Amino acid sequence: MTTDMSTGPTTTKADWTSDQEPRWCPGCGDYSILSAMQLLMPQLGARPENTVFVSGIGCAARFPYYMKTYGMHGIHGRAPALATGLATCRPDLDVWVVGGDGDILSIGGNHLLHALRRNVNIKILLFNNQIYGLTKGQYSPTSEIGKVTKSTPLGSVDEPLNPLSVALGAEATFVARTHDMDRTHMQDMFRRAWEHAGAAFVEVYQNCNVFNDGAFAEITKKDKRPSMLITLQHGEPIRFGAEGERGVIMNRSGELQLVDVADVGEENLLVHDERAETPSLAFALSRLSSGPFMPTPIGVFRAVEGPEYASQVSRQLAFAQDRSGPGDLAALLRSRATWEVA
Amino acid sequence: MTDTVTRQPAPRISEDLDRLVIRFAGDSGDGMQLTGDRFTSASALFGNDLATLPDFPAEIRAPAGTLHGVSAFQVQVASETVTTPGDAPTVLVAMNPAALRSELDRLEAGGTVIVNSDAFEERNLDKAGYTDDPLTDGTLDGYTTYLVPMTSLTKEVCKDLGVKPRDAERSKNFFALGVVSWLFDRPTQPTLDWIDVKFGKRPLVAAANAAAFKAGHAFGETTEMFQATYKVRPAELEPGTYTSINGNTALSWGLIAAAQQAKLPLFLASYPITPASDVLHELSGRKNFGVRTFQAEDEIAAACAAVGASFGGHIGVTTTSGPGLALKAETIGLALSIELPLLVIDIQRGGPSTGLPTKTEASDLNLALYGRHGEAPLPVVAAYSPSQCFFAAIEAVRIALKYRTPVILLSDGYLANGSEPWRLPDLEDLPDISVDFTTRFNDADEEGNPVFQPYKRDPQTLARPWAVPGTPDLMHRVGGLEKEDVTGNISYTPANHGLMTELRAAKVDGIAADIPPTMLDSDGPATVAVLSWGSVWGSVTSAVRRVRAGGPAVDHLHLTHLNPLHADLGDLLGRYRTVLVPEMNLGQLASIVRSRYLIDVKSITKVEGVPFTASEIAAAIAGAVDDD
Ligand SMILES: Cc1ncc(C[n+]2csc(CCOP(=O)(O)OP(=O)(O)O)c2C)c(N)n1
Ligand code: SF4
Ligand SMILES: [Mg+2]
Repeated sequence: MTTDMSTGPTTTKADWTSDQEPRWCPGCGDYSILSAMQLLMPQLGARPENTVFVSGIGCAARFPYYMKTYGMHGIHGRAPALATGLATCRPDLDVWVVGGDGDILSIGGNHLLHALRRNVNIKILLFNNQIYGLTKGQYSPTSEIGKVTKSTPLGSVDEPLNPLSVALGAEATFVARTHDMDRTHMQDMFRRAWEHAGAAFVEVYQNCNVFNDGAFAEITKKDKRPSMLITLQHGEPIRFGAEGERGVIMNRSGELQLVDVADVGEENLLVHDERAETPSLAFALSRLSSGPFMPTPIGVFRAVEGPEYASQVSRQLAFAQDRSGPGDLAALLRSRATWEVA
Repeated sequence: MTDTVTRQPAPRISEDLDRLVIRFAGDSGDGMQLTGDRFTSASALFGNDLATLPDFPAEIRAPAGTLHGVSAFQVQVASETVTTPGDAPTVLVAMNPAALRSELDRLEAGGTVIVNSDAFEERNLDKAGYTDDPLTDGTLDGYTTYLVPMTSLTKEVCKDLGVKPRDAERSKNFFALGVVSWLFDRPTQPTLDWIDVKFGKRPLVAAANAAAFKAGHAFGETTEMFQATYKVRPAELEPGTYTSINGNTALSWGLIAAAQQAKLPLFLASYPITPASDVLHELSGRKNFGVRTFQAEDEIAAACAAVGASFGGHIGVTTTSGPGLALKAETIGLALSIELPLLVIDIQRGGPSTGLPTKTEASDLNLALYGRHGEAPLPVVAAYSPSQCFFAAIEAVRIALKYRTPVILLSDGYLANGSEPWRLPDLEDLPDISVDFTTRFNDADEEGNPVFQPYKRDPQTLARPWAVPGTPDLMHRVGGLEKEDVTGNISYTPANHGLMTELRAAKVDGIAADIPPTMLDSDGPATVAVLSWGSVWGSVTSAVRRVRAGGPAVDHLHLTHLNPLHADLGDLLGRYRTVLVPEMNLGQLASIVRSRYLIDVKSITKVEGVPFTASEIAAAIAGAVDDD
């Protein structure tokens, strides 16, 4: 049923672009994420017929319509559950989930946790614009405290969720963050997620220029990036700034702290370890910034190996068949006490 | 009358009974379900026809000795065919005062009570709310009563086995089983064999249970307390190989059979809920059949995972009970809109809300038919006997696959846990329900280039093509937004929405031509008919038989499909002056029939967590005949 990827013809962006006109607002960050994905796919050598995009509801969730792959635009919040069933039955497919912050963290928060803890082989992309776009601008579970929206005229009073902390709390085996202003970085993160054998969670800071314009501008504008984005690289000391003059250390009380490299010495900087067995360091890094107005880490926070759900399920089927032989319905019907009536 | 051991020895007689309804009742911890199950199995192997009704509390271990901790199991065994667990029991086995108190009312006048007299001590009497000892205060006047010190006799025989007295006491249900096995002349070997297999890994428990069982049997034989033994001869059943089966097992096996007949893998996603969990349990143990089971984080996720599986070309099934069906509504609407197969199985229980989790009811018909937003019709199939759940599962899968639609299959707590002998079907006779995936372009665009149109329907079934991921060239997107006819592209055009709404409805309506006619049981021209759906079939069948014996003609119409309704139903109903509709709800089918056929049927309702008895229905029929 599937085409061997190694022998399939190479593809171009056009092979990944559906005939449907995107219906996002002009200038929406979703466009750049879409084209980053459409350009990346040929590089990965993926096959459109073996690729499925599954989504819930929201602006972000329209994504599957624009990819010339198999796709399902599901119901609000449930994409991880839809994708789990698909990926469990069809381990031969590349299954991606796309959703917004409301979709994946509010109504679908529960499904996110369980997809991540099960380590199903699905790639979850959270387009975080810190707002409900499709329903025209209510605050979301990632909106900052005090956010004034139509549903919070005096400012929101609820504490936001930190998506990466949530994912790491569920012990996701792959956790990364990127933003819609940097195609190459997005593609690096998507590629890493694609290569990961298990559930991958990628938060994409995405600008909603209609209802929450500039939410990430403080850190993602080109001139701000050097001083405000901390690019994580496995095995490298964590530093940032135009000249790499700033860095991160773990202080005596075990907390992470931003420092001038000159003050502490390069050798005392924290070295990033995305493969650390426990998610503690990654979790601390996810808490380093309280929002997109402080220096904020991007990159791969965590990438560890773990048993993947669908392959475990397949293994159990194979084991059961080895042990009991392939199912025999006639024998099953006679597996309990039977008697003959002449 | 209370027998005592001091009676003069009298010659033993063996009497033949046509039928026996026995009810085992005790504390939740007394093993009454198991006792009843064993008695049932021995009777089945002996060749009786039978039907059972397990009746247990929602609490796993309610405080011992209390009224709400009473667990009961009723079985009717007969030398003729039976379709219900019997109306009033003829024999009650009561293991403690609470069991006697809560169950005695059900016993038929002059019935037999066998009690564990050891349990009738002050503390237990108190807990059951007895101020005087019912064994001596006249409560049991009018019944044939046997007082058997089961606990002490069980401890006695276990003494030399090295079993601790506390553990020995647990075997007293096997003592009770031994006594009734003797009294009703049941074969003992099946039970002894079963004990060997079941407790093989715990030899002491096996020994204690076997010893208690034999001691109970010997007690019956030697004490002379019992003046007669009773025999229910084997029933004249159709020749074949039989097994004893309950509805949930039959349903699970039916799903496996459906997958084989469809040549597609089965995926079951479920969130545990009484009384549906046993289907999840049963199928989880059948991985060698290639069955994938998934215990989801909630019912919504379970339904969604099943939809995901169907999208991938597997048979997506989700099982639940009422509260879970409510949660699945939005997902079912999605499956309906993207027109993919999905089987949703609702094992109904008492509602609303948590309701009566362990009791039966058939009150989710409206939810199944109408419980979604928008115009969202879907096929509904209902099982009517424990073994028939097997075929109902195959039928529901058939419709889901062929018409690419969610189907709701209704069972209920009584069918789920009730068991009956089942003549094993010839697997050759099962229908081929396989369908083809679409693997090629199915249309051409204006320039004549081949294209795939995901909503280009089969002109006959109106089903859309099912092209699964992995198929080259046929990449397409489906979603819950309204789709343009043929292309499946998002469309908000008013006329298109009207068209799609009508097409979805027409597809389901059209299934009426592809289902069997109404089940009609008639023995001559009748002016009165009973119309049933679901498990009430059993009580109606018995009641109709009873009324007909020497009495007036009465027809029985039974619906296996609730949507679409059988094509012949309207004409059939028009034949009668009176149509009775008994339902374990407040008249849901009755309302449908009235509005659809403008026939003023008589609704008979019972919402008490227990099935109708045949006599309740027979009385209603008799009343209708008189008024007719
Ligand atoms: C069950 C249900 N409840 C509510 C909605 C309305 N709704 C659609 S999208 C959405 C939130 C969208 O926000 P987000 O997920 O952040 O996506 P964005 O539009 O910002 O990309 C809501 C509340 C719905 N479609 N379904
Ligand atoms: S509302 Fe915001 S998120 Fe939605 S399409 Fe417009 S800009 Fe993008
Ligand atoms: Mg959003």
